[in-house]
Amino acid sequence: MNRYPLWKYLLVLTALVLGVLYSVPNLFGEAPAVQVSTSKNNISLDAALMGQVESTLKQANIEFDNLFLDANGVKVRFDTPETQIKAKDALQAALGKDYVIALNLVSRSPSWLSKLGALPMYLGLDLRGGVHFLLEVNMQAALTQAAERYAGDFRSALRKARINYSGINREGQTVQIRFRDSAELDKAKKIINRDYPDLTVKEQESGNEKILIASLSLASQKQIQEFAIKQNIQTLHNRINELGVAEPIIQQQGLERIVVQLPGVQDTAKAKEILGRTATLEIRMVDEEKTDPVTLENAAKGQVPFGTEFFKQRSGEPILIKKSVVLTGDYITDAGPGLDQQSGQSVVHVSLDSRGAGIFKQVTRENVGKRMAILIVEKGQAEVITAPVIQEEIGGGRVQISGMANIREATDVALLLRAGSLAAPMDIIEERTVGPSMGEANIERGRHSVLWGFAAIAIFMIAYYMLFGTVSVLALGINLLLLVALLSLLQATLTLPGIAAIALTLGMAIDANVLINERIREELANGNTPQAAIKAGYDRAFDTILDSNVTTMIAGLALFMFGTGPVKGFAVVHVLGILTSMFSAVIVSRAAVNLIYGYRRKVNKLSIG
Amino acid sequence: MEFFRIKKDIPFMSYGRLTTAISLITFILAVLFLATRGLHLGVDFTGGTMMEVSYPQAADIGKIRGAIDQLGLGEVTVQNFGSSRDVLIRLPVRAGLSSAQLSEQVLTALKQADNSVTMSRVEFVGPQVGKELFESGALALLLVAVGIMLYLAMRFEWRFAVAAIIANMHDVVIILGFFAFFQWEFNLTVLAAVLAVLGYSVNESVVVFDRVRENFRKMRKAAVTTVIDNAITRTMSRTIITHFSTQLMVLSMLLFGGEVLHNFSLALTIGILFGIYSSVLVACPVAMYLGVSRENLITGAEKKPQEDPLP
Repeated sequence: MNRYPLWKYLLVLTALVLGVLYSVPNLFGEAPAVQVSTSKNNISLDAALMGQVESTLKQANIEFDNLFLDANGVKVRFDTPETQIKAKDALQAALGKDYVIALNLVSRSPSWLSKLGALPMYLGLDLRGGVHFLLEVNMQAALTQAAERYAGDFRSALRKARINYSGINREGQTVQIRFRDSAELDKAKKIINRDYPDLTVKEQESGNEKILIASLSLASQKQIQEFAIKQNIQTLHNRINELGVAEPIIQQQGLERIVVQLPGVQDTAKAKEILGRTATLEIRMVDEEKTDPVTLENAAKGQVPFGTEFFKQRSGEPILIKKSVVLTGDYITDAGPGLDQQSGQSVVHVSLDSRGAGIFKQVTRENVGKRMAILIVEKGQAEVITAPVIQEEIGGGRVQISGMANIREATDVALLLRAGSLAAPMDIIEERTVGPSMGEANIERGRHSVLWGFAAIAIFMIAYYMLFGTVSVLALGINLLLLVALLSLLQATLTLPGIAAIALTLGMAIDANVLINERIREELANGNTPQAAIKAGYDRAFDTILDSNVTTMIAGLALFMFGTGPVKGFAVVHVLGILTSMFSAVIVSRAAVNLIYGYRRKVNKLSIG
Repeated sequence: MEFFRIKKDIPFMSYGRLTTAISLITFILAVLFLATRGLHLGVDFTGGTMMEVSYPQAADIGKIRGAIDQLGLGEVTVQNFGSSRDVLIRLPVRAGLSSAQLSEQVLTALKQADNSVTMSRVEFVGPQVGKELFESGALALLLVAVGIMLYLAMRFEWRFAVAAIIANMHDVVIILGFFAFFQWEFNLTVLAAVLAVLGYSVNESVVVFDRVRENFRKMRKAAVTTVIDNAITRTMSRTIITHFSTQLMVLSMLLFGGEVLHNFSLALTIGILFGIYSSVLVACPVAMYLGVSRENLITGAEKKPQEDPLP
């Protein structure tokens, strides 16, 4: 009666083989590696690149253990971190800035295992070190910026159509255009309705002025918000690529939030600075007509003339700059730091796209002899970097920004400009940073917790239930094996609370075996034969095991649904652990008991303590 | 080896008044501590910044506090964390200053005071996020309770469902009471432990209820109290051994898991200890008071003939 059909033994055997296969990569540990990928779409990561990497390393006499291509790019494995750094520098020099060279860790497991999809568990940030940010996009600012842009567009559109208006300004998230007579207003209204179908236009009268109020329709507000978050994600991608991070995670969460995870980042301060910066470039004209000592003095006291803003330059010199923006950072295709050949000062070289180049050419032609200010706007605060006099028309879209304090600033500004600007400012609303040494310590703590706890349970179970206790411990060990294999296979993120969940799940899983063993003892005490006691024990205990696991499962699923970050990691492992423990405690342990007792002709006594 | 060789059933139900009184007192005390002292919520729920820094030698708390006080950040707490070399710094939420700037400022100040300091961990949670985490935590708790009740009502009967959930909420409140009394920090990981206890502790009730149902079938003539007493006595050995094994694992986490898992394992320890007691000595009396009987448990075959209309 206590014999399994062959297929059940085969099922257990298959599970065991797969369990060993998929959990074994975790034993090999990780080796330092360099990952070569690209931020450009037109460059493909292929065998040719792999060859290039190989020959570069051979030329530089750098030894490597393994070289392979995967979805993320070319990865090269090294023996020591020193060679890793050397290789990174050599590759960066050889491949140029179109490629992102990042330091990484890859598994030391043999490649045939990786080909089967057997990879080590995916460690969360608290175990490998790194930064986690939750950023919230300031949507109000995005809408305000959009209104500002429309105001600029109206100015040029109305001027082009030769319509007389007395003023255009942004009021909250609407644009107000003031007219002296209604005929002009009607003409303007027609143009706006035709060219800007996204806007709803209303009329209003105040005193002898007629006002046209253009506001964003709900649909277009939504569109702008969606665009803002997409643009910000793209920008973050670009900036992170510049930092050289292997396997970054950048995801939208909800309507206005972005999660950024940078595993293994050592210089967290730099990462925060680069990510958090919302710098955008603005080129605006200096208001030369209103610039006289008296106006400047009044402006310093707060009486700023209409349509202008008052700034102090880096030298401390006061300056009045027009509010309307000539060019923004959106038109920049490339930027790089450099030195001015004449003065030796640090500068940033900027290339504009064809539209930007066209606008820049026109503006410089119309304003020769006047000053043009270059501002960097950060968190609503604009700073005038430089305000040079336009000597001549500048075509070709190549601009040099001088006025940088040093080469470091030039490099940072160039990075920010090159990586693109954010469509709307963002705030960090959650941050979790774990230093790399802390990550290793956490792995060690988790491992010790599981091992010592397992050992204690094993000693107790064997002492208390003898052979049946040994079978229970075997089942528990297989539970651990299967759980690790499942986590590796699914590549679910393992966190420290996740390791705690492994420990807790094992501690709870033994419950099933205790139930079974107690039940068998009870059946024996009731005078059943050993074979009948085994059968009754397993059969009767099963209902109870199922019930109790369902309730635990409900708790696990709720945690999974509502949990974030560390709690979610706990929940995933907990839920998977319940599944594996059902299998190992009931089917695997029964198979072992069947093999031990099921084929004996006569069993007088069970070794159950 | 066998610890529990009990020949006769222990009359647990006749101690019903005593056990209920004990539960009630601990419960009221827990509620009292919660009301007067309140939970010491971690930055996960309140918002704010928490930094953990470590030094190669024993850290000078006074010096660290001095360095941070110069920044004028408001109410800052500095304390040792785990070992004398590790220091935990808590900073309140500051308007207009991003977390990145805040933690950098503090680290720079600490580096000036002692260059050997290294940053181990920074956690910043904005007040809005903290509120959301708190809300979703409460929602998860509610959902678990409702889910378990529905399942038990379906699998057993509503009286058992109510009894089990009362017993387990009693555990949860007592865990929270301990955290309030000792002012241990309550964070997301502890919340996970509380929810895990909720699922785990219901296990116990389920095992006993299963036995009660089985006994109702087998012991046809016995009184309800006898049936329940027998069920508790028969499962007692298993209840204690299971909890003991789980506690071995939790103890291992308490000893080796470091500071992050410390409060997590504390919550589990309290949950396991009170779980043994409540799932048996709270759940069963409550089920009895609610009027559990043979008829409302054994449905199906036994019930059908009664439903036939009388001629």
